[in-house]
Amino acid sequence: MNQLEGVVHKYYRDNIDTDVIIPGQYLKIHDHKELAKHAMEGIDVEFSKKVSEGDFLLCGRNFGCGSSREHAPIALANSGIKAIIAPSFARIFYRNAVDGGYLLPIEVGEETCRQIENGDRIIVDTLNSKLVNVTQGRKSYDTKPFPALIARIIEAGGLINLDPHQLIDV
Amino acid sequence: MTLTEKILARGAGKDSVAPGDVVFAKVDKLMMHDVSGPGVIKVLEEWKKRGTNLKRVWDPDKVWVTEDHFVPAADKISAKNIITLSNWTKRFGIKKHFKYGLGQYGICHTLSHEEALVLPGEVYVGGDSHTNTTGALGAFAAGLGHSDIAYVLHHGQIWFKVPETILFKLHGELPSYVMAKDVILRIIGDIGTEGGNYKCMQFSGEAIDRMSMEERLTLTNMTTEAGAKNGIIEPDSITESYLKERTEVPFQCVLGDEDANYSEIHHYELNQMGPIVARPFSPANTCDVREVQGVEIDKAYIGSCTGAKLEDLRAASRLFKGRKVKVRTEVLPAAQSIYISALHEGLVNIFVDAGCVVGPPTCGACCGAHMGVLGPKEICISTTNRNFPGRMGDIESKTFLASPLVVAASAISGKITDPRDITT
Repeated sequence: MNQLEGVVHKYYRDNIDTDVIIPGQYLKIHDHKELAKHAMEGIDVEFSKKVSEGDFLLCGRNFGCGSSREHAPIALANSGIKAIIAPSFARIFYRNAVDGGYLLPIEVGEETCRQIENGDRIIVDTLNSKLVNVTQGRKSYDTKPFPALIARIIEAGGLINLDPHQLIDV
Repeated sequence: MTLTEKILARGAGKDSVAPGDVVFAKVDKLMMHDVSGPGVIKVLEEWKKRGTNLKRVWDPDKVWVTEDHFVPAADKISAKNIITLSNWTKRFGIKKHFKYGLGQYGICHTLSHEEALVLPGEVYVGGDSHTNTTGALGAFAAGLGHSDIAYVLHHGQIWFKVPETILFKLHGELPSYVMAKDVILRIIGDIGTEGGNYKCMQFSGEAIDRMSMEERLTLTNMTTEAGAKNGIIEPDSITESYLKERTEVPFQCVLGDEDANYSEIHHYELNQMGPIVARPFSPANTCDVREVQGVEIDKAYIGSCTGAKLEDLRAASRLFKGRKVKVRTEVLPAAQSIYISALHEGLVNIFVDAGCVVGPPTCGACCGAHMGVLGPKEICISTTNRNFPGRMGDIESKTFLASPLVVAASAISGKITDPRDITT
């Protein structure tokens, strides 16, 4: 889990909200594969067809703002996305992604987002807090290290695998 | 410590906490609805397959459940979700399940205050982003996703990073045609949809001291649109009397310390304020109503936890009385109790006489779920809280967010209208 490799799908705009990631009409659906078919439908109706298992999403600031629907990380994860690279995340999306064990929210600088191109093959190295761009001559970028608690939850594969006493004072 | 810090410190069993600390807080109240509930149940089923089985809820009396998003059952899937939810609450002994068509029910956030389900000083988590609303009662109220809610059902506690608090001091008095909705839209326009991310937004000042409970709830409700973890207002005599009319359960009002640290303090002078509108496609895309007046609309919507409380309906009815709407207009009271009051006060007659359709309490079209969703290129002015692309229906529809007064004025003239211009 320390290193993931995949292709970047770049939708570099700020404030991509959960109404766009999975529109409200699908909130009644709780089948994860069915939700995946509609991931990012508000931006790109072809999205789920473009994504392969293990790919990454690259977006702008405040990714996942708006509704608390856990459908959003579920739809993205089940479409194949393993990590989202963005300068910042809305708080509930970030929690849901980590605590549900669905995918990794990777925080990077704005400049890194500009340099990485759509279709680039990237290695996400969470151990060293780095991204390596295989397509662009193995250029490396720093990522914001996970806080200790978040790292612990990611390592465990989600919050459910940990009792409160295993997390207090991490 | 600020009020939020004090509540989280108590929840975590600590003498003090500071912004940035990660704490495990004991939860006093938990809410889920007909969207997050089945989502939580699905998570619990997945966890069961992996060997973690929920045998009993940590405290069934601290959990309450609503049916609000897709009710009355919008279609077969929604009906099935409600059956799933009902079976679950029965099995786990959850007594507070507010079912539509069975007396009091309504939008979860509205019930939280109408039924005094949350009290000052409590740690309250809800499976919905607008859980922030309830912070106006002086509680720590924050929205969580399915996995986190499922975790609380198991353990009765959850982690929080203690947020820093931004204080908004509201001075002066609101003019008669300006509502709390205008104030919060203006604040979101100033700080942006990320301006409160991970933070607490607290409101105080003499304008708050004079503000009714329902108007205060509009402020905290839309702190969510600025990304805030929670919105909060220190409880006072208005809070106490509001709650004592609704519950006999004793409570104690907790206040922040005199020397509490606020990361930012913003001052707003309300005397000179005019109505504010948020244009598509962001609640932060705000302007003075004068800048968009005359924009033709297809529909007006008065609904949601944000804009269909009793005072919202009263405000709209002031303009609708004796007039007719020029565009289709929907009025959906946010809870059955509000519907009943609106009926007794004659508001429903005013709406119906004006040509509006009055619907049952539901989140409905606010989240594009059902009942009045927008079609391609339709333009709506709405008392709700979000206007992202596709939020209220078709991806090509557009929503302007405004106060009940602006929405009613616009419904009457068929285009976006400043309520000050509807005088005779």
